[in-house]
Amino acid sequence: MAMVSAENRGLRLAVRYAVLTLVAIIFIFPLLFMVMSSLKPQAQLLADTSSLRAFLPVGDISLQNYTDAFRRAPVVTFMINSVLVTGITVLLSLAVCSLAAFSFAFLEWKGRGVILSVILATLIIPFETIAIPLLLMVSQLPWIGWNGLEFGWLNTYRVQIIPWVADGLTIFLFVQYFRDLPRELIEAARVEGATWFQVYWRVVMPLAGPVIATAAILKFLVMYNQYLWPLIVVQQESVRPVMVGLGYFFQLNTAWGEVMAYLTVITLPVLAFYLVLQRAFIASIASTGVKG
Amino acid sequence: MASKLTTSNRAGWGFALPGFGLIAVFIVLPFFFAFYFSLTNQRLISPNPTEYVGLDNYRSLLGLAVITLEPERDDAGQILRDADGAIEYPRVRTITRSDDFPQYRGMREWFRWHSGDTARVVIASDVVFMKALVNTFLFVLVVAPVQAGLALCLALLINQRLRGINIYRTIYFMPVVVSIVVVSLLWRFIYDGNDGLLNNLLSALSFGAFEGRDWLGDPSTALGSIMAMSIWQAVGFHMVIWLSGLQTISPTLYEAADIEGANRWQTFRYVTWPGLRNTAVLILIVITMQCFALFAQIDVMTNGGPLDSTQTLVFQAVERGYGRQDISGGSAISVILFLIVLSISLVQRWLTRGR
Repeated sequence: MAMVSAENRGLRLAVRYAVLTLVAIIFIFPLLFMVMSSLKPQAQLLADTSSLRAFLPVGDISLQNYTDAFRRAPVVTFMINSVLVTGITVLLSLAVCSLAAFSFAFLEWKGRGVILSVILATLIIPFETIAIPLLLMVSQLPWIGWNGLEFGWLNTYRVQIIPWVADGLTIFLFVQYFRDLPRELIEAARVEGATWFQVYWRVVMPLAGPVIATAAILKFLVMYNQYLWPLIVVQQESVRPVMVGLGYFFQLNTAWGEVMAYLTVITLPVLAFYLVLQRAFIASIASTGVKG
Repeated sequence: MASKLTTSNRAGWGFALPGFGLIAVFIVLPFFFAFYFSLTNQRLISPNPTEYVGLDNYRSLLGLAVITLEPERDDAGQILRDADGAIEYPRVRTITRSDDFPQYRGMREWFRWHSGDTARVVIASDVVFMKALVNTFLFVLVVAPVQAGLALCLALLINQRLRGINIYRTIYFMPVVVSIVVVSLLWRFIYDGNDGLLNNLLSALSFGAFEGRDWLGDPSTALGSIMAMSIWQAVGFHMVIWLSGLQTISPTLYEAADIEGANRWQTFRYVTWPGLRNTAVLILIVITMQCFALFAQIDVMTNGGPLDSTQTLVFQAVERGYGRQDISGGSAISVILFLIVLSISLVQRWLTRGR
């Protein structure tokens, strides 16, 4: 091996950091640009794009764009809708999918193998290929509400929630995790007279923290960023989520400051969440890859 | 093994039923409905009963023919030329509207080429669909390998033992958690022809030599711009998957390579890459599926334009099924899309089988 002098090593290290930083700039500057632009009046905003000032909070800084954006669109309603739909779907999904996975991983029953294969086979169906027939289906599905039996799910929360509760990937992640748990634990609990539900709720779920986090984060990202589905099933402002609410800002002479303010408002919560839990976020994406 | 302790048909079915029931109703059922609707004239709302129409929807999407046009000649047999000297041909619609050629009825010109004096014209029942098909394939063929490759480079870059490396990993992954819708709107501003950041940046870097262009308004750059942005947004996702693949490779293999005196390339070629084969297959399948689903970027940035240069299959399916309430037409496109995705993943599996 060639001898590497201290200077040489220092230089190498500097080059490595330079490359890493250059790449980091490519990823972070557009986002920085979004946040900074949201703070500037239109004229300054456009003038700033020709210099590095585009990425700095300089000049006439204010929250005026935010005030204007909130005036243009019912932003608070959209946020509440998105949080509601996302939160409820994540919770229901964790319950339904973990319960199903518990059954596939620990119980012996007729038809188990077939049902599990069907569920895993749905992984190769992109949602985009079923969106149109599903649109027709949900426009006619029955529902028992306050006014008794009614037909049609369009323009509701349920149409944004229920189709997304169960999915093959979440069930698969839970099954994978459960299969690695020691079976003796379950059998011991059964010997002591616990019901299956007690085994699920008292023994297995308390051990499932990591996979719950993974499944919750993946579902959260999918649901909060939902676009195509609410676009076609929700026309009413009162149940519209944030991503579809962007439509309010498309126009001929776009007020870019307001657009950037809206984008910042709907993105910052996710980014903050990510920065706090970044290890868990990255681990959850990585775990979708381990099946190999 | 089945034992008394774990055998329970009642609890087994009961626990699996909510999850399986929802998947059956909201994924499996619409999946089969897509095939069924594509053989009918189903509309979202219609006073008329739905009828079975066979393969008509597919025919009106996939109909394709080549016709040959002879140059127009004057009475003396001389080829007619217009003011610019270009050969004049009869109009395509003299054929597609003629009663002599009922099989070409309603078709329109997609593109043409010349061989000698004759022109060959490819006509299609649905030119927009054909463009969508080609654009979608182009998108997949460019984005899948480039994104997978760049993601691998990033993973190798981030897989070093350096102080603060986690901060870089966090930054590279950041666009992944931002909605593609937000990213698309943000980049519409960056790509803007008048005040866009990209034009100003390129002009500054080239000391004013770069003229600036309307990236999304120009048919020759629109799709490419969307490709670049899509890669920027999603590359961190696949970087993380590569990274988890890299970390499964045993350090002893690297030590052995080091002792053998392997250089960096040899180490990558003979240690790293073989260890990543499964990851590579998975990543290619995942990216391919994601690429075929291209929709939000188009809807937010270009609406399929300019001149249909960014039409895609999903965009067309939604425009028909939702925009024009033509459920059967949208379903037919969905079925075609699914069959393409399925055959590509089967081919990818087969190419990498058992190695």
